[in-house]
Amino acid sequence: MRDRTAIVGLGATPYYRRGASAPQTLEELVGKSILGAVDDAGLHVREIDGFAYFAGGFDTSMLIETLGIPEIRFTATLTGTGGGSAGAIGLAAAAIVSGQAEVVVCVGANQQGAQRYGSITAAYPATPENAFFSASGLVGPGHMFALLARRHMHLYGTTRDDFAEVAMSTRANAVTNPNATLRRPMTREDYFNAPMLADPHCLFDFCLENDGAVAVIVTSLERARDLRHKPVRVLAGNHGGGQDWGRSIYWMNMPDASFASSGHAAVAKRLFAAADVQPEDIDTAQIYDHFTSQVIMQLEDYGFCEKGEGGAFVRSGAIRLKGGSLPVNTDGGQLSCAYVWGMTHVREAVEQLRGTAVNQVPGAQLALVTGGPSIVPVSGLILAN
Amino acid sequence: MAIAKRPPPGLFKLSSNAWTQPFWDATARHVLLVARCAGCGHCRMPPTPFCPVCQSQAINWKPVSGRGEVYSYTVVERAILPDMEAHLPYVPAVITLEGGGGVRLISNVVDTEVGTIRVGLPVQLVWDDLPGGAVALPRFRPLAQP
Repeated sequence: MRDRTAIVGLGATPYYRRGASAPQTLEELVGKSILGAVDDAGLHVREIDGFAYFAGGFDTSMLIETLGIPEIRFTATLTGTGGGSAGAIGLAAAAIVSGQAEVVVCVGANQQGAQRYGSITAAYPATPENAFFSASGLVGPGHMFALLARRHMHLYGTTRDDFAEVAMSTRANAVTNPNATLRRPMTREDYFNAPMLADPHCLFDFCLENDGAVAVIVTSLERARDLRHKPVRVLAGNHGGGQDWGRSIYWMNMPDASFASSGHAAVAKRLFAAADVQPEDIDTAQIYDHFTSQVIMQLEDYGFCEKGEGGAFVRSGAIRLKGGSLPVNTDGGQLSCAYVWGMTHVREAVEQLRGTAVNQVPGAQLALVTGGPSIVPVSGLILAN
Repeated sequence: MAIAKRPPPGLFKLSSNAWTQPFWDATARHVLLVARCAGCGHCRMPPTPFCPVCQSQAINWKPVSGRGEVYSYTVVERAILPDMEAHLPYVPAVITLEGGGGVRLISNVVDTEVGTIRVGLPVQLVWDDLPGGAVALPRFRPLAQP
């Protein structure tokens, strides 16, 4: 699959604050992002013949009726939740390389007016499995990942100052991005004055709550060469994960070596091998930042530093746009730009490799995108220009 | 400092199946059980239909002492749901069970100063009976010093 497909189109709705996309429906936001993406590619919506989703996906039957897509040849979704946001591009590439489709849409969208993701766990229907955690008052991912963050602090000496550096460096990128939700610079004092939500996670360790949709178009590299933009080549898009991670935050029985991690280690290893590049080759990384602590653990799992040294790595300034060896979440991330199920990270990687990013990393040639640390599967994506 | 409370009771709704019901039945008798494979002795929680090591379906339920230690914890200090307001702060915790073959339970540390809770804190079980008496919830307190 290496280097056989490319991202050729990018579409997005505005990034709305939670609830502010009303009265548009979720399907409408999805449709607008898809139409934007085909237009950006120089294609017509009628040429779409595939959908590759994650996190439950959307209703393809409704989308083809709504948008006027004559025939669909491939429609599939990765299992799991936000873990698949980067891997959905790999699913699209698999469909194209195997000849099952030619123009494939990957799209993510959310509206949080009615259900806030911060308390989504408590909204799940009662099951025999969640009876083993619901009584404890873990009502959302932010509570659950706080347990992993605490363990990481215990094992490796990671501190809240390290989390603060992730929050502040990400905010610094949002300050210069007109699309970003939060654009006021954040000081260390701001961070430590923020309300504590689930110790050690304070308000600024949590991602934003937005409404919005982001879609990309994937096609064969051959066809991509005839389209409007310079192709952003898909070197590798992998998903999966180990039994040692499994249901992760809903299970909490991961072996000690994996508990304080992002669950990405196995996928990361396969991803770099499939792309035939090394961590040090990556020019910019768009890392799923639902929580600051999980950025640190992904940096470790993707081999940018040793296990346990993620705190020291960010403290060194490594992930800063200015002067860092690995600029991370250059659009302001989900912490400060917008949360759209991880698809903002795909968008930002494409813009970096087109050379059109608001906070352009000079000469960026290789970008890593990660899917959300969540239940298996998790996923990663390596793109090149 | 604040005392660790119990989370809102409304968050728990029992749902069970043939594999988890024995665990909940035992809670009514204030017995904490761990699912131990009858084939190879591997312990697993929550109880599931197969042993992940040897794929056996046979379980020897193992009662444990109720002592353990805090593996990790978080202090919930802000209400995300309105019901949480009267219950703050509370402390969701992952507890490694003594004699449990390494398994951990997701529970709470309660009735103690929040500031004294730490990773590795020895704890002991305390049962919260639910109305009706069919089920009790396991929570944990710091182990009383002898």
